[in-house]
Amino acid sequence: MAQMNMIEAIRSALDVKLSQDPDVLIFGEDVGYFGGVFRCTAGLQEKHGLHRVFDTPIAEGGIVGAAVGMAAFGLRPCIEIQFADYIYPGYDQICSEAARMRYRSAGEFTSPLTIRTPVGGGIHGGQTHSQSPEALFTHIAGIKTIIPSNPYDAKGLLIKAIEDNDPVLFLEPKRLYNGPFEGDPNIPAVSWAGHELGEVPEGHYTIDFEKARLHTQGSALTIICYGTMVWVAEAAAKAAGIEADILDLRSLMPLDLDSIIKSVKKTGRCMVLHEATRTSGFGAELIAEIQEHCFYALEAPIVRVTGWDTPYPHALEWEYFPGKARVTKAITKMMEG
Amino acid sequence: MNSPNDTATPKTGQNRSKLFVPEPPFRPGDTPDFSHIRIPADHSPGRPDPMVDAYDTEPQATGLVRVLRLDGTIAGEWNPKLDADTLREGLRHMMLTRCVDTRMFSMQRQGKMSFYMKSAGEEAVAVASAMAINKTDMVFPTYRQQGILMARGWPLKELMCQCLSNAGDKLEGRSIPVLYSVRDHGFFSISGNLGTQMIQAVGWGMACAYKGEDGIAVAFTGEGATAEGDFHYALNFASTYRAPVILNVVNNQWAISSFQGIAAGQGKSFAFRGLGFGLASIRVDGNDFLAVYAATKWAAERARRGGGTTVIEHFTYRKEGHSTSDDPTKYRPKSEPDAWPFGDPIERLKGHLIVLGEWDETRHEELHKALTIEVRESYKEAEALGTLATPSKINPASMFEEVFEDVPTHLRRQRQEMGV
Ligand SMILES: Cc1ncc(C[n+]2csc(CCOP(=O)(O)OP(=O)(O)O)c2C)c(N)n1
Ligand SMILES: [Mg+2]
Repeated sequence: MAQMNMIEAIRSALDVKLSQDPDVLIFGEDVGYFGGVFRCTAGLQEKHGLHRVFDTPIAEGGIVGAAVGMAAFGLRPCIEIQFADYIYPGYDQICSEAARMRYRSAGEFTSPLTIRTPVGGGIHGGQTHSQSPEALFTHIAGIKTIIPSNPYDAKGLLIKAIEDNDPVLFLEPKRLYNGPFEGDPNIPAVSWAGHELGEVPEGHYTIDFEKARLHTQGSALTIICYGTMVWVAEAAAKAAGIEADILDLRSLMPLDLDSIIKSVKKTGRCMVLHEATRTSGFGAELIAEIQEHCFYALEAPIVRVTGWDTPYPHALEWEYFPGKARVTKAITKMMEG
Repeated sequence: MNSPNDTATPKTGQNRSKLFVPEPPFRPGDTPDFSHIRIPADHSPGRPDPMVDAYDTEPQATGLVRVLRLDGTIAGEWNPKLDADTLREGLRHMMLTRCVDTRMFSMQRQGKMSFYMKSAGEEAVAVASAMAINKTDMVFPTYRQQGILMARGWPLKELMCQCLSNAGDKLEGRSIPVLYSVRDHGFFSISGNLGTQMIQAVGWGMACAYKGEDGIAVAFTGEGATAEGDFHYALNFASTYRAPVILNVVNNQWAISSFQGIAAGQGKSFAFRGLGFGLASIRVDGNDFLAVYAATKWAAERARRGGGTTVIEHFTYRKEGHSTSDDPTKYRPKSEPDAWPFGDPIERLKGHLIVLGEWDETRHEELHKALTIEVRESYKEAEALGTLATPSKINPASMFEEVFEDVPTHLRRQRQEMGV
């Protein structure tokens, strides 16, 4: 075991796979010599060579497209899109090509590629460095969408993603790279040091997809969330003085619906949280499934707390972000009702 | 109140720009006259060493590489010196391609399949390219390179079953007709999304180079789809990583109803685009089987010797409609295909073989008959497995398979919901 922040855990996963499998290649903007703008690939080029870890032109469609060709050939590219806000030029190659390759060729060609990209706000990134576009991908048949909330999960899920024979979108909540975050910008930032989930094995391990993690246990309420919002949920439940089942989904597609149903049937109350914009967000999908499967167990309407349906504003970042204060208020109101 | 989009700029006449929208030279009702196109008879640009500096291919990128004159004789430095058997084989593949196209088009008209696309006039591009590369080289085609499948000997019945979406379709009826995937014949899964295969081919070529394998990737796009970003990504990545790839642009003058000038803009040629990226570039007479063969051989040699990617523009003409869904006389003169000055690729190779004394009209007619019978027999066998008009024998449960490697829970639930 070693103490790692999320950046180190991701780097460790990449290092393990580069060492184990010569078919794993890493490329993206600034990931080579420099090691990535968030340092996730720092030192990997030096250790594994220029042919294994290299820089690309600034062309996300090109990065994904080349990876689709390599993956069809039989390699396992693990590419980085510098910010999820810049994934859109690669969207067609992801949705129409990578996600469809196995289906349209009846298994003759497949797309075992992993796309890593930082998501979410809370770092003063404004409209172009803060987005959470997960719902644009969970809506697409043929691609898996994964989002860890801590270093331990990040490493195990990333290794799993690279080994998976289907395309995987691996979303990295950038606000969690250096430490958990309660969603209150006035509290000094904490690091992963000394945190139980910052204890990460140095070698190879995997975490299965389609398995939510029960972050905290309680009988008052089920809070369904992922990424940064897991930590916000924990702080808010505490502030509201209730004990909640906080489910960290980790894998949005495929979804661990059974764990969700089990918890909601137990508590009878459910809140869905995400940082992304509300309308047609992943929360809508969750709520539809929950009402279908748990309607008679529900004691109150399902509540969702999300980012507003606006672009992510720069100066008003904390008014946009569904932080501790907003979530606490929503919990309190819900428990009164 | 002005809306924020009101143009409030002054209009003093100082800016002489006029919005320019290019139009093709001829529209329905016009008499097409291509006398302005100079047909080089003896002045094909020379054949440089395949490892030449990319920028030294400018004459090839702006000129027109040709071997066959319209009279069937040959000229210039590019003659690939193929023996008569190979020439006859090429002729056969092209004639078979046209024969299959004719049959499938009429079967579509009879309601046996939803759609079809012919490659009439462009057979040399696909067939000669395929014959000039190794069978193990992966091609990344569009829907108009069925000639590659003929050259590589994919059984006709399988091709026809795909078009019929019937029980014999290996792709389980998942794609519309002609979007084949034939990995064991080095034929990449065709995407309906134009251009995407170009950058994928570069990725494939990069993988070949990374693994130290002999193979190269050979991609095709129509000239219209060169406007897609993927084409430009392909040129850029191919140049940056010196990928062993051939990027073919099939300039058949038309992209559905839009003439080539819409994509070309003021570009000197489509091949010339390659030079801007530092790639060797050649513009070739796409109706000249020998020239296509020679240029492809040259580019394949360059790729395998570590010289990187070549862009080849095949200058040709789409003789028929875009697909079964359109009527070309709505946007171009009916007589334009016949007025096109570069002839027909099958007629030209046939003429050459006759000049060589290796072919004659009788043998040509016999071959045509034999191919027609072969196609008819294959089609009968394929049709016995079902058509669009007969009840589908494809297992509905297969719809949920191969979305992912394993069927995940939510798809299992949906499959149950559908009741299969
Ligand atoms: C991304 C995308 N945009 C539009 C289309 C619709 N479309 C299909 S073929 C075609 C014309 C393509 O012309 P060209 O590239 O010249 O190829 P050709 O048909 O002449 O072989 C268009 C617009 C498509 N299939 N994909
Ligand atoms: Mg065209």
